[in-house]
Amino acid sequence: VTGRRLTVRTPEGIVFSWPLAGPVSRMLALLIDFVCIGAAFLVLQQGIAILQIVSADWATGIAVILYFVLQIGYGIACEWLWRGQTIGKRVVHIRVIDGEGLRLAPGQVILRNLLRAVDSLPLFYAVGGVSCAVTRHSQRLGDLAANTVVIRHQQAATPELSEALRLRYNSLRQWPHLCARLRQRSTPEEAGAALEAIMRRDEIDAGPRLELFGDLARHFQGKVEFPPEALDGLSSEQYIRDVVQVLFEGSSTARS
Amino acid sequence: MIIDIERFFTRNRLHWQELEKLLDRLDAGDKPGYAEARRLHYLYERTSADLARLSTFAAESDAGTYLSGLVGRAYAEIYETRRRKARFSPRRWFFREFPRTFRRHIGEFTLAVALTLAGSGFGAFALAIDIDAKHVLMPFPGLEGDPGERVHREETEPNKNLSGHRSTFSAELMTHNMRVSFFTLALGITWGIGSVLMLFYNGVILGAVAFDYVRAGYTTFLLGWLMPHGVIEIPAILVAGQASFVLAGALFGRGDRRPRRERLRKATPAVVTLAGGTAVMLVWAGIVESFISQYHRPVLPYEAKIAFGAVELLLLVAFLGFSGRKDEPQ
Repeated sequence: VTGRRLTVRTPEGIVFSWPLAGPVSRMLALLIDFVCIGAAFLVLQQGIAILQIVSADWATGIAVILYFVLQIGYGIACEWLWRGQTIGKRVVHIRVIDGEGLRLAPGQVILRNLLRAVDSLPLFYAVGGVSCAVTRHSQRLGDLAANTVVIRHQQAATPELSEALRLRYNSLRQWPHLCARLRQRSTPEEAGAALEAIMRRDEIDAGPRLELFGDLARHFQGKVEFPPEALDGLSSEQYIRDVVQVLFEGSSTARS
Repeated sequence: MIIDIERFFTRNRLHWQELEKLLDRLDAGDKPGYAEARRLHYLYERTSADLARLSTFAAESDAGTYLSGLVGRAYAEIYETRRRKARFSPRRWFFREFPRTFRRHIGEFTLAVALTLAGSGFGAFALAIDIDAKHVLMPFPGLEGDPGERVHREETEPNKNLSGHRSTFSAELMTHNMRVSFFTLALGITWGIGSVLMLFYNGVILGAVAFDYVRAGYTTFLLGWLMPHGVIEIPAILVAGQASFVLAGALFGRGDRRPRRERLRKATPAVVTLAGGTAVMLVWAGIVESFISQYHRPVLPYEAKIAFGAVELLLLVAFLGFSGRKDEPQ
């Protein structure tokens, strides 16, 4: 685990990682689950109320047992059926997984839920919260015992190349030797930062956007100086867009 | 190396989407056939290789996150090698796995018994030397009073308080005892320290109550009151203590050089099985306590209640000692 990520190295030598959920998102999920348990109990109570006609004693007895079963069984049933998620965890996009990145076993689900008895001590999951905050894997005691971790479950869409890069004309390509030099002098990190800026430009406010692309343009102009006619009428943002296209589309010839 | 990202996406996107769809189907509970399993493995290896290529290119975080998620999900499907039972059979679990697990960890059970007995001895001794300590040792309204008065009340006004509330009382007993037992089990995570204290304290209460009634000359009442449910309830709590020591044992790992994670992984099925056994025992004890234990003479003769308790105890010993012996791995 590096920082707040669970990193797994596969036998093939591939490394993948999951971002770990922190105590606040977990507490939020827990609060939602409490509300769900309360709501489910209220609904069931309406059903049990019919039993009052037969025997008030039986109805109360069943209500006591149902509430207990809901309290203990809700987390176990949901996490087992929904692969590590409860309603609260679904809402806040977190998920319980095995500490080695494998599938959750039923025993792990049961054990981590049984240990809530200690994690919830003395009040408001204080023990579990402190354990989450101080352990490297953000684990409460139940997670430590069951060897589970809670990850932030990001449902990423299939990556698409930004439409911004599908250009018909790129003035920089008129100077292929300068384009080659730009590719040679740029590191993957610099290229990635420029691509990231282009792909996320619509998420940035106007002021910071101008400033960001201005900084990036100055940075890349410092690497390779293109003739003024190549840059004629190009804004900083357009220039970076052309640079990214040059960097990521290899040494293909200029498009017309 | 900066990769040609457009060509990279175009060439591989279909495979990623195929893997994603396959994983979604597995998530939904579909079982893959042989051909599908091979395809899954191929797609996993191919996507892993794509992730490795993309990793050289640190800042493309969206694609990296997407591929990392896909590889992680596929890895969990492919490398999960723990034996999975085709179908859970409650009968098989109760009559074979539970008693076998109990016997396999008899040492931990013995420790739980020893702690409870030590607590009982302490409770009895403390009450013997200071009878006024009753309200400290057993601070429960039903136990603090004079045993003679209680016996008189129970025998002359049978079940005055429980009339019309037996089912509720039974349910409350079951759930309360399960909470206490599961809490004892969970305290195993404190390297067993909490469990030791809990079992000892339970013993103290038990010893003090027993001493109080025996000293007052109501041994028969005590046995008739406690035995029908106690012979199941007390062992159930001891089994929960046993589970907590299995957990604590995995944390300590004495004589076991495997990493703690591995030890806990191995101990988990036993802890969960013992917890399940505790729950079943406590359901039975709750029913008996409410519907049999609370009836006293003249409604139910003490001899009958004691005999019932003795039969239960014999059956429990036989069950835990011999059930599932056939084909039991040594």
